[in-house]
Amino acid sequence: MTANPNPIATLVWTFGLMSLFAVGGANSAIPEMHRVAVDVHHWMTDKQFADVFAISQLSPGPNVLIVTLIGYSVAGVAGALAATVAMCGPTALLAYYVSRFLERSRGARWPAIIQAALVPLSIGLMAASGLILARTSDQSWIAALITVVAAALASATRINPFWLLLAGGVLGFAGVV
Amino acid sequence: MPPDSQPVAAPAPDTPTPNPPPQPGLFELFVAFAKMSLAGFGGVLVWARRGIVEQHRWMTAEEFNETFALCHFLPGPNIVNLSFVFGSRFRGIAGGLAAFAGLVGPPMVIATVLAGLYAHYGEIDALRRTLAGVACAAVGLLIAVVFKMMMPLVKRRDLVGLVILAAVFVAIGLIRWPLQIVLLVAIPLSLAITIGVRRKGKA
Repeated sequence: MTANPNPIATLVWTFGLMSLFAVGGANSAIPEMHRVAVDVHHWMTDKQFADVFAISQLSPGPNVLIVTLIGYSVAGVAGALAATVAMCGPTALLAYYVSRFLERSRGARWPAIIQAALVPLSIGLMAASGLILARTSDQSWIAALITVVAAALASATRINPFWLLLAGGVLGFAGVV
Repeated sequence: MPPDSQPVAAPAPDTPTPNPPPQPGLFELFVAFAKMSLAGFGGVLVWARRGIVEQHRWMTAEEFNETFALCHFLPGPNIVNLSFVFGSRFRGIAGGLAAFAGLVGPPMVIATVLAGLYAHYGEIDALRRTLAGVACAAVGLLIAVVFKMMMPLVKRRDLVGLVILAAVFVAIGLIRWPLQIVLLVAIPLSLAITIGVRRKGKA
């Protein structure tokens, strides 16, 4: 790998390419992001990457914000914009054309079959992400209890999820977690 | 072309459905997605489902599952893909861009400001503790969404779907096999089973 003099171009190329392989969403690409940002380009240290991940998880908004923050740390606001658009643009257009294609062939039987086949896989992957995230954030039994209670309340009631997050934050601040 | 295709001279591409869903405008799309996004600590899916299915009733639970499944299996950030596909379904490319801008724009500003603040105050212990507590609750919310998305399968008694779901969960979540390999096996397998079950159902 030769050093690229233009960091913006490197960001666009890196994340544009990565997005096309990010099957299963931004969170499933995090190991690859770590490899590129820390090992290949030396944009940040291990510790900085962990901090960036924490901020992206705790900011409101989609998980893809981690890409925004990596871009920001490489090349400021311009880098943040470039990395985000590169990560989102190509695949959003692809999704647009595929969904239009599926809509048009609504008379045909195969789109319904493909979608019916994909729904359980999709939910299974989400469940696996839930488990993996729970393992990283639930370091004590009280932390695990907070997760379980939040899951039960959000499933069984129509409570606004923000209150559950706030309660978690208050308990964390109080040093319970 | 299927042999039982519709009459050739169908004038309008979209035939009116008996119960047409409400049609959001561009600004409404932007605001709705900005709201979901800004509420979405630890992932927007929880809020997207709540906003689209429960509040606005722009989609049924089944439609949401199908659209999300499509966006999940295309590469890229799922919820970003979903916003673009969802917006464009109502208002074309402009609608897709409006939903996308609402989803990504405001949180980008906030996250960038937070990154700047964190550079100054990130070492404060109380802040770290609070954030850890928020993260625990956020995982619980994600698990709740998984349960809600499973409900249509459970209600239909779709045993095949639930077994496939469980197999993917075990392979990725417990055994931690690489995603690409699991998908390479699971997608054709699930397709074959689905086709097989439907044929059997018709025979």
